[in-house]
This record gives sequence, C-alpha cells and structure tokens, in this order.
Amino acid sequence: MSSDSSPPSRRGLIAFAWVWVGVPLAYGLYELVQKATQLFTG
Amino acid sequence: MSPPVAPPGWSRWLVPPAALSVHLSIGQAYAWSVFKPPLESALGLSGTQSALPFQLGIVMLGLSAAFGGTLVERNGPRWAMTVALICFSSGFLLSALGAATEQYWLIVLGYGFVGGIGLGIGYISPVSTLIKWFPDRPGMATGIAIMGFGGGALIASPWSAQMLESFGADSSGIALAFLVHGLSYAVFMLLGVLLVRVPRTEKPVGDGPSVFDGPQVSARNAVRTPQFWCLWIVLCMNVTAGIGILEKAAPMITDFFANTSTTVSASAAAGFVALLSAANMAGRIGWSSTSDLIGRKNVYRLYLGVGALMYGLIALAGDSSKPLFILCALVILSFYGGGFATIPAYLKDLFGTYQVGAIHGRLLTAWSTAGVLGPLIVNWIADRQEEAGKDGSSLYTMSLFIMIGLLAVGFVANELVRPVHPRHHIPTPESKEAPDVQRQQPA
Repeated sequence: MSSDSSPPSRRGLIAFAWVWVGVPLAYGLYELVQKATQLFTG
Repeated sequence: MSPPVAPPGWSRWLVPPAALSVHLSIGQAYAWSVFKPPLESALGLSGTQSALPFQLGIVMLGLSAAFGGTLVERNGPRWAMTVALICFSSGFLLSALGAATEQYWLIVLGYGFVGGIGLGIGYISPVSTLIKWFPDRPGMATGIAIMGFGGGALIASPWSAQMLESFGADSSGIALAFLVHGLSYAVFMLLGVLLVRVPRTEKPVGDGPSVFDGPQVSARNAVRTPQFWCLWIVLCMNVTAGIGILEKAAPMITDFFANTSTTVSASAAAGFVALLSAANMAGRIGWSSTSDLIGRKNVYRLYLGVGALMYGLIALAGDSSKPLFILCALVILSFYGGGFATIPAYLKDLFGTYQVGAIHGRLLTAWSTAGVLGPLIVNWIADRQEEAGKDGSSLYTMSLFIMIGLLAVGFVANELVRPVHPRHHIPTPESKEAPDVQRQQPA
C-alpha cells in the first residue's frame, strides 16, 4: 500500500484532512443514530 | 486551469478527503426540506412552490453532469471543484439576497439554477481522479466520495434546523441562515480545491494495475455502445426500486401495519426513515468496496436479483412481520446506495479511465429519470388503491410487484453487458502500427 510509504511530512496533513471531513460526518451520524433509535422507542 | 499534478511523495490518501469535502457539502441538497416550512410561512408559498429550488437543482445536477463532464475531464478536478464551490456557495448567497428582499424568484434562480450547476459539476469532479489514484480499488475509492453525498444531508438536516431555530424562521432569519450556509460551505469545500491532485505517472501506486490498463473509450464513443445503455437501464431500474421505498418510507411503514396490533407511531416512522438513510450510506461504501473483490457484474446481480427477492418477501409477508419488513427495506436501501457508488468503477472497467468522469456524467441522466419514475409509480398506485377502497399493506402490493419487474429488467440488462468492441477504443500507438491485429480482436 502506498500509504505506508508516505513521507512523514504528509502524515499531519492527512490527519488534518480526515479530521476536517470526519468531524461533521460524525456529527451527522450521531444525529442519525439519535433519530433512528425512535424506531424502537417511539 | 491545468490539472494540478501531485508532487513527489504526495499521498493518495489525501484525495478521498478532498472528494469528501465537496460531496459532503453538495449532499446538502437532500436536506432542502428543512427550509420548506419556514419559506412557506415567511413568503406565503405553497408546498409545490417551495419545492421548486430543489427540483430545479436536481434537474440542473443531471444536465450539468451530462453536458459539463467533458469540460471536467479537460480542465481537471481542481477546476471542477472550484466551479462547484463558486456555484454552490453563490447559489446560497443569491438565495440569502432573495430571502432578505422577499424575492422568491431569486431563491429559485440562486439555489436551483446556479447552485444546481455546482451540484452536477461537484458530483462528478473527483470520480475520474479517485479512480486514477486507486486503480487497484476503484470501487472503494468512489464509494467513499459517493457515500459523502448521502452523508451531506445527515449533516445539513440537523445543522440547518438548529440555525433556523436560532435565527428565526422569518425572512431575515432564513436570509441569515442561507448566508451562513454559503460562507461555511465555501470554506469547507476549499479543502478539496487545495488538496486535490492528479497522479504524476501512469503507475501511482506500487506494482498495482496501471491507470491506463485495458481499453480506453471516449465519452463520445461510449454513448454509442450498447454497454452504456445497458448500464443506463441497470442504474435507472436500481434507483427506481430504491427511491420507491425511500420517498414514501414514513407513510409506507405506517400504512403497512395500520391494521395490526403493532401500529407504527409518527416518531417511530421517522426513526425508520433515519435507519434507511444509514443503510443507504453504508451500502455506498460497503457494497462498492465489495465489488473490488467479487467484480462489478456480480455485485449488480446481487443488487438486482436479491433486491427483487427482498421486494418479493415484503409483498408475500404483508403485515405479518415488522422485523422482516424493516430488514428487507434496509437491504434494498443498501443496494440502492451501492448501485450509485459502484457505477463509476463499472464504467472504468468497460470504458477505461480516459474520460470516465464525462461518461459517468452522461449516465447520471438515468438518476434523473428514476427520480421521476420511482415516486410516480408508488404514489400513483397507492392513490388508485386507496380510491378502490384498499388499505394497510394491500395499498402497496401492486407497486412492490412492479418494482420486482423493474429489477428483473435491470438484471437482464446487466447480463447483457459485454466488453466494449475494439472499434470504439481510442487509437493507441500500437493499434496504429498494427490495425489488422486490432480488427481481429474478439468483441
């Protein structure tokens, strides 16, 4: 896998980029799970 | 703008977040319904009128993806993402102006027309680049991006609702919400513009397959092949079958079990819709990645064949089992998402990477067709059945059998897919030197 051979200098950028998109997505998923549980409790 | 070539050592794992920053943004389109009630009360609109910006946006998505695909291929992903950013963001800004001045036509023009161009160009912008970076796992790579389009609505729906609650649901509150959306999405999408790179060489990763392995077909030639139209039917049928459930999920589960002891409340129905969205998203990344292992044709056999079986189970079981109904609907929706996410890799297998983004754009007209067809079938038939005095699960029995028929048509179309005839391939130096050899290759 090429990611294993990525220079260390890019690791910070990769982490930043994934956090940038991951945080809003996690928020959306959290809200989704909250709503989905209504199927079993509502 | 020339395509940005990756410097030495650039990691391909920077490309999926670049794609996600665009797809998570433009996926907001499916959360438009949050703005409908406030717009209706603030500007005195009907439900049909308040749906106009979304409907025009989806039409423009299809048109700009179909007609802008070649430009995207020519100018590269950074150009495409920049266009998507400008159009999508300025669509919101125009809408903010429209809401502030209570000029609804400006919202339709801004969000629907200008923003819709951003949707189409943004949707296809990373596809070709991702496939070039991940020739060993194209299904997974495009699955990540297209999953983002599903995820965009999950983010925007609660976010927009909270914003309207804070700013107020009058015209100035809506205008402020549109303004914040436009600016926030511009900043968020900027990451994609800055990060996206095309690979330097034909072999960006290790000893894996080359970007230009296999036949290469131009977009102009691709639409002249039966393979393109077979895949068009496959996508259209698969999406129609999924939208049929997705569009009417809440009333469907409520009606289905209305005559049983286990009736479904409004909040439980909302939970069911949310669960379907989760299955849709999971299918995009899960099934698309699976297609890298079992092959594109086999995974579509699963979507269409097992999808038909699931519809059959729902129809036969009726209101006898709620868990079975929910399970089957979840599987169908995962296939719906998977169908969207796997199609770029299927196109790459058949037509190569040369203009796969442009070909994908043209194929998305199947989505637009299905978007009309699916809801039309389910709603029209449910209305007719209601008029005929039916209720409960029998309202949907005929729709379910029609969906099985449509999936069967898609299954046959998938079986008819064969490798593209060499006469459609773009000429290579080898083929120019030895034209007789190329002509003798089997279809």
